[in-house]
Amino acid sequence: MGGLQKKKYESGSATNYISRNKARKKLSLSLADFRRLCILKGIYPHEPKHKKKVNKGSTAQRTFYLLKDIRFLMHEPIVGKFREYKIFVRKLRKAYGKAEWGTAEKLRGNKPGYKLDHIIKERYPTFIDALRDVDDALSMCFLFSTFPRTGKCHVQTIELCRRLSVEWMNYIITLRSLRKVFLSIKGIYYQAEVLGQIITWLVPYQFAHDHPTDVDYRVMATFTELYTTLLGFINFRLYQTLNLVYPPKLDGKGEEESRAESEEDYAMDSERYMEKLSALSASLVRVVSTAEAEEAELDHFPAEGEDGEKLAERLKARQDQDRQEKLFEGLKFFLNREVPRESLAFVLRCFGAQVSWDKSLCIGSTYDVTDETITHHVVDRPSLEKQYINRYYVQPQWVYDCVNARMLLPVEDYFVGVTLPPHLSPFVEEKEGDYVPPEKLKLLALQKGERPEQEEEEEEEDNDDSEEEEDEDQSDDEDELKGMEEKQALGKASSVKVTPGEAKPVNRQRAEQEAKAEEKRLAVMMMKKRDKYLYDKIMFGKKRSVREANKMSAKRKALDEASKANKKKKLKK
Amino acid sequence: CCGLLAALSLHITFSLSLSLSLSLSLSLSLSLSLSLAFCSQDIRNTVGNIPMEWYKDYPHIGYDLDGKKIFKPIRNKDELDEFLDKMENPDYWRTIHDKMTGTDVCLSDEQVDLVHRLQQGKFGDVNFNEYEPAIDFFSNEVMIHPVTNRPADKRSFIPSLIEKEKVGKLVHAIKMGWIKPRRPKETAPQYYDLWAKEDPNAILGRHKMHIPAPKMRLPGHEESYNPPPEYLLTDEERQVWEQQDPDERKLSFLPQKYLSLRAVPAFSRFIQERFERCLDLYLCPRQRKMRVNVNPEDLIPKLPRPRDLQPFPTLQSLVYHGHSSLIRSISISPSGQWLVSGSDDCTVRFWEVCTTRCLKTMEVGGPVKSVAWNPAPSISLVAVSYGENVILVNPGLGDRLICSATDQLISSYEEPEEVKDQQVQWAVPEGKAQEQGQRLILTHPKAVKQVSWHGRGDYLACVMPDDGSSLQVVIHQVSRRRTQNPFHRNKGAVQCVSFHPSRPYFLVATQRYVRVYNLIKQELTKKLMANCKWISSMAVHPGGDNVICGSYDCRLAWFDLDLSTKPYKVLRHHKKALRGVAYHKHYPLFASGSDDGTVIVCHGMVYNDLLQNPLIVPVKVLKGHIITHDLGVLDVAFHPTQPWVFSSGADGTVRLFT
Repeated sequence: MGGLQKKKYESGSATNYISRNKARKKLSLSLADFRRLCILKGIYPHEPKHKKKVNKGSTAQRTFYLLKDIRFLMHEPIVGKFREYKIFVRKLRKAYGKAEWGTAEKLRGNKPGYKLDHIIKERYPTFIDALRDVDDALSMCFLFSTFPRTGKCHVQTIELCRRLSVEWMNYIITLRSLRKVFLSIKGIYYQAEVLGQIITWLVPYQFAHDHPTDVDYRVMATFTELYTTLLGFINFRLYQTLNLVYPPKLDGKGEEESRAESEEDYAMDSERYMEKLSALSASLVRVVSTAEAEEAELDHFPAEGEDGEKLAERLKARQDQDRQEKLFEGLKFFLNREVPRESLAFVLRCFGAQVSWDKSLCIGSTYDVTDETITHHVVDRPSLEKQYINRYYVQPQWVYDCVNARMLLPVEDYFVGVTLPPHLSPFVEEKEGDYVPPEKLKLLALQKGERPEQEEEEEEEDNDDSEEEEDEDQSDDEDELKGMEEKQALGKASSVKVTPGEAKPVNRQRAEQEAKAEEKRLAVMMMKKRDKYLYDKIMFGKKRSVREANKMSAKRKALDEASKANKKKKLKK
Repeated sequence: CCGLLAALSLHITFSLSLSLSLSLSLSLSLSLSLSLAFCSQDIRNTVGNIPMEWYKDYPHIGYDLDGKKIFKPIRNKDELDEFLDKMENPDYWRTIHDKMTGTDVCLSDEQVDLVHRLQQGKFGDVNFNEYEPAIDFFSNEVMIHPVTNRPADKRSFIPSLIEKEKVGKLVHAIKMGWIKPRRPKETAPQYYDLWAKEDPNAILGRHKMHIPAPKMRLPGHEESYNPPPEYLLTDEERQVWEQQDPDERKLSFLPQKYLSLRAVPAFSRFIQERFERCLDLYLCPRQRKMRVNVNPEDLIPKLPRPRDLQPFPTLQSLVYHGHSSLIRSISISPSGQWLVSGSDDCTVRFWEVCTTRCLKTMEVGGPVKSVAWNPAPSISLVAVSYGENVILVNPGLGDRLICSATDQLISSYEEPEEVKDQQVQWAVPEGKAQEQGQRLILTHPKAVKQVSWHGRGDYLACVMPDDGSSLQVVIHQVSRRRTQNPFHRNKGAVQCVSFHPSRPYFLVATQRYVRVYNLIKQELTKKLMANCKWISSMAVHPGGDNVICGSYDCRLAWFDLDLSTKPYKVLRHHKKALRGVAYHKHYPLFASGSDDGTVIVCHGMVYNDLLQNPLIVPVKVLKGHIITHDLGVLDVAFHPTQPWVFSSGADGTVRLFT
């Protein structure tokens, strides 16, 4: 046959992929720079379908990138900037080595830098795309803003992160779009809904970090570089949509007040602005005055393919949301000094509460402890010496639980010194067959508007009754047995008797069910082998989840019984 | 003196910052003593400015001007003395220890004042005026009286060559672009509205192909700082968790409970987890995975409802008790009135089907392997195999005419003139055996496992399984008392045989294959591959086109002889080995009995239309037999006219399901 001989690995999947090392050489970048570029441009490796073919017959472990991706990277102007920076460092080193301070100074003045604006625009062509990806950016910025100003990364980065995160929080407060909060052992999860996007971020508790050694901070710094740029642009845009001034400014009235208040210098002017902003207690300046910006009553149009029922559902959801947004409206909170101030202030302000704290704790407090109009005082200590009568003293969990329940929960369970009810995750949506903790059931009942009954005592009484009954039953049985034994002892063999038969009641429903079950069993027998495998797998998964749910409920039952027994013991004593 | 003073001031400001009265530190004492010595021109120690620790181990601390050793004072001041001194001595605050001489020195008022002044950053000298007006001697103004009268140099008139050269070099460097002018500071704001003009063309193919990273998993109840108690791990669970590899753990953290928010510590792996997330974002290959989202109910095939396929046996209605050991084989009379069963307790029992009465028990000389009722309605004969013998029994049940006719048929045999040497001895029993109904005894060279009648009732096939032997299957002709060995050579061990119901075919099942022989043409017609390890039983559809085989590896293979030599359908209904299969004569039913103690009845409809495949639907799982010695049901048989199925089991019973 004619034609050119076909060579192996010159077409097909082998030419679509490129190994990491080859890609690096193609771009003539060091590994660190290549990594940085991939992070900034959002290029990730690909797993080829036929690894051996792509690897030209070798089975060695390699990371593969799409050749298209690497070609795309070649046009990136930032690659040039990386090279420029490398040259700059070399020149600077040379100047220092020769002790040419003037040259060094000059070089430093012209230090090459780069901007990531175009990359952000390219990666997220529309604003919504960017907003969708903001979760990680937020978590990272909030983490970096808690770093100490020494060591691990540049102070400017930390300050920028802090600024952006404070701006974000202020925006959320103004929009009142916080939906869920969760106190986990890792940190505090917040979930907000911004322009229809659900955004979740995690904020660590405010403690000093012990920096781990097995973490590459360069990678983290590169990500932070990207994320700060992204978050900055997003913040700008979001502020613009709300007609707020960016960079944010505090409401004029608040500003003057604060200046009057803090006559003895609390901080430098430049710092005070940031501090005031991060206190989260004052509202922001709008470009248009608020009266104009008041929302008009919106008309509701049914979306395409939506019937009346769905519309009603949507309306109801909307109303619920509105109600949730005004959850703490009209309440006045005071934060004691041991509670996490920033988190609480943020959450409370998001739902329309007024909040203040001790003047010595932080800048921006608006009223004192002695204020008579305070309705709730958030305390996290076992007891309090001086208490005012006309306010509730609650533990901080109350606030978070109220937010998640979308209603004001009864405060009795959260008083000072009271053992708190469990704090449940608002992110769990139990499907049918999953285990639902009893607290959640109680909460759901509360949300539906059912009053919790005085269950416990009744329950206990019931239990006592039933136990007694059981005892009686047992004694009856024993009596019978004894009778039988006596008879046997007497040697009277029970005489064979023919008794009139009784018609067995046929449980039609049950029979029907059984018939159906058997029908199904028989049908399952006729399944194809492949379907059977899949079916068995699905059923196995289902059974496992059921088993796990059963295990949890059994555990809970045992624990409840143990605690009840403990209580009884205490009572008896 | 000034330099020393400066040094002194440094030290003092450094160390006096706490409080002069409480403690004057050692370094202060050293430098103060120096200054004192300097002022009074009294250098008592000549060692110089060295760390005094060097003399720590010696009895002396230096040398005086004459070169004599200065001995350390005998210090016996302990802390108590020190304290008392502090309390009582009014000058304690101004007393300092001189390390050089080892003595305590009390500062005078002037010295204290000096220290204070230095502390405040003032000059040591009280009279020094630091704000004296400066006199500008060299100014740009030409004075009437110049300070010097020196004539100006030439170089002050002509431009400097060196400078010119330097400037020239710089100019050249700038021209060549070697030196870049300082870049102007950027004035544009850091952030602006990046998405002011959203360009739909900017959405490239890349963006459509882009797979966004999955979001972080949202936390469950177990991650709460105050979870419900059932989410906390028990001690055993915790141990298991600790022993597991970090990758294998279901939870990456230990759930914990804190009584209040105040008690919650920092999460030690916070930074690591964020870092791991970063790594995932840029190092993990992304792939779209199609999630199989199937409703398991949809996978179940839609079969006709069993109710629509009635009649079939559904209930256990009768149990035939009597045998004391497992019943290997059962057979039903063509009229459907009688049932014969052969058991390992060396008896054959005849039952009336409707009443479960055992009408007759016949003892034979060994465990009965197989019984078979002659299918011809005009003959009343039962073949029973035990050990190496097969006996033909006339049970004497039912129509007396038929019985006598059968007896007559057997006794009317006339010996042919030339007697052939046969491998099987035909003998007529006498005496008691004759009375019991035994009519003929056939003694084989090997143990007989199965007997099977031809549909007409004249031929009887016997199986003597023996791998590779030439004598495994023999066919007897009863009327002529003749035996023939149809095969010269047998491949493999024969398991069972069967006559075809309508055509002159003979089916032989070996371990893995079923061979179909044409008896007239004396050739192999077909070889069916059962796709199973070991065939145990076989049955032929009364229509003659379909065969089912049960095997010891839990399968039942349905062959369509017209379709293929491979099974049309393999059913894996049973959990354990199949022991017996049977077709119903009239109804579209077949049954299989297995070691798991069940009989499964299936609807097996065969259509006359050749294009339509048989419809197989399991309709009933019948349970009743008790599993003894890991054996359940050993044989199944259908009633010839009714939709009833009989099964015999290892528990020594025969059961009738109707």
